[in-house]
Amino acid sequence: MVFLEFEKPLESLYQQLDKIRQVGEVGDIDVSDKIAELENKIKNERKAIYDNLTGWQKVQLSRHPERPYSLFYINQMSKKFIELHGDRYFKDDKAIVGGIGNLDGQSVVFIGHQKGVNTKMRQFRNFGMANPEGYRKALRLMKLAERFNLPVISLIDTPGAFPGLEAEERGQAEAIARNLFEMAQLRVPIVCAVIGEGASGGAIGIGLGDQVFMMENTWYSVISPESCSSILWRSWDYKEQAADALKLTADHMLEFKLIDGIVKEPPGGAHSAPEEAVKMLKKQLKKSIAELQEMDPDARIEARIHKYSQMGHYDLMKKKAIVETKSTE
Amino acid sequence: MGWFKRLKDGIITSTKDKKEAPDGLWYKCGKCKETSTQKDVVENFYKCPKCNYHIRLTSAQYFEVIFDGKYETLFDDLISKDILGFTDLKSYPDRLEAARKKTDLTDAMTVGHGKVNRKPLVIAAMDFTFIGGSMGSVMGEKIAKSIDFCRENKIPLMIISKSGGARMMESAFSLMQMAKTSAKLSQLAKEGVPYFSFMTDPTTGGVTASFAMLGDINFSEPEALIGFAGPRVIKETIKQELPEGFQTSEFLLEHGFLDFIVDRKDLKERIGDLLAMF
Repeated sequence: MVFLEFEKPLESLYQQLDKIRQVGEVGDIDVSDKIAELENKIKNERKAIYDNLTGWQKVQLSRHPERPYSLFYINQMSKKFIELHGDRYFKDDKAIVGGIGNLDGQSVVFIGHQKGVNTKMRQFRNFGMANPEGYRKALRLMKLAERFNLPVISLIDTPGAFPGLEAEERGQAEAIARNLFEMAQLRVPIVCAVIGEGASGGAIGIGLGDQVFMMENTWYSVISPESCSSILWRSWDYKEQAADALKLTADHMLEFKLIDGIVKEPPGGAHSAPEEAVKMLKKQLKKSIAELQEMDPDARIEARIHKYSQMGHYDLMKKKAIVETKSTE
Repeated sequence: MGWFKRLKDGIITSTKDKKEAPDGLWYKCGKCKETSTQKDVVENFYKCPKCNYHIRLTSAQYFEVIFDGKYETLFDDLISKDILGFTDLKSYPDRLEAARKKTDLTDAMTVGHGKVNRKPLVIAAMDFTFIGGSMGSVMGEKIAKSIDFCRENKIPLMIISKSGGARMMESAFSLMQMAKTSAKLSQLAKEGVPYFSFMTDPTTGGVTASFAMLGDINFSEPEALIGFAGPRVIKETIKQELPEGFQTSEFLLEHGFLDFIVDRKDLKERIGDLLAMF
């Protein structure tokens, strides 16, 4: 098990638990009382820690090396899943995966960012940072879904779109923009879920949908806390403050009405019981798809665009008032 | 004793009596370092008369260059709000206040409605001097409202981009403006109303990755920086020097993302031609 910095109290409890078990085995002593007591302690400690996570701690959790990624969710949710590759223009991006699957009898098209599970795979997946061909593959699959009237499920988990030289040459910006434009008018239901990191344009490039969810320990923001710290504080050391200032947790996002709901995770986060996490997400996705399929496509598109049109906060002010403020300088 | 001998040491003119050359009489080009008179620069469409460098313009200056004389501004009453209570080294309200004082603008976008060669056009133009032309809720809403205005009145829309990208101080609200503006543009497209995207120096980040790249016609001024990630970030990622001309308008034209590049002296005429043909 990998313990994050703020989980250290748990680590020592787990170590004690191991020791007691060993003692029990070696000495042939009944330690079940002790074990139950410790397990209870762990449960309470975990709850205490997880009920009061800061923004930055949620960011750390969203990047937990044992956290389930898109293909895990997809393969667990879908009895059969046929992965489909390539954007038909340039190549197959490894940081975005997609294909046709099945949710208890309902065929769906899955797309999602994919991170690697070990050092070698992390490089192979480019750390979940997609190139333009990744966004174009996703769009191709969404168009496929539209043609055959299949709902689209999009799983978001990226530290950002890849900022590379070739990505610029092939039009990273255009690829993301095109997806937003097309997703707004797609005639089938789109349900999105942030399952890890939701960083900026790279996330929203496959993230415009009728219903958008965030799992409990994930984040969604215009910029990562580290980059925000380096730009606004001119130092990498203010990531905790930046994470707080950006209000990037699922709770904040729901409060701002920028997402449609939060999907709970098992106690201790998705990585502590991945199968449980899959069940919880699957339940929500099935519910959302059933709801959205009830709607007429035109009405669904209108509601989708209306939802995004409402996003934004501003004041109304008479121009004169500003001129007056200016004259007092 | 020579006639040129200095009789009194030091600066003896009092500040009150000092005769200053009025500000803005001379222009020193940031690119070729040559000096020209401000009058020549203005007559040359705000370009350096020596090297043709296109000086960064304000929204008002673009309106002056493009519209036939008078125009009205739309949606001026929208102003930014600090919904998150965002504070970094400065608080967001302080940054907004400072930007308002500095620019005499209410936000980084102004929308103008006027005529170009007697054809109506709505231009939503950005001001880089207002927090780097950054896109927050106000810019998104001004674009959305402009799109609705254009749909209703069947008037073509032009957006002049000049921005560092999304405004960090509005976090996810800024991010969602990418979705909002792109979704609204899809409605404009359905209506068959033309949208011209004019990218100027610089156009980067979330602005490029949403409405700026979605024009029916995408065009730009010469040598403008246009890209998704900023050059510094890319350099740090790939750990090598960037090729010359990387992310310039010429680079984008070559890679197929721009329809054409237009010199500012031909800008009005080109827009007029487009309006006549659509």
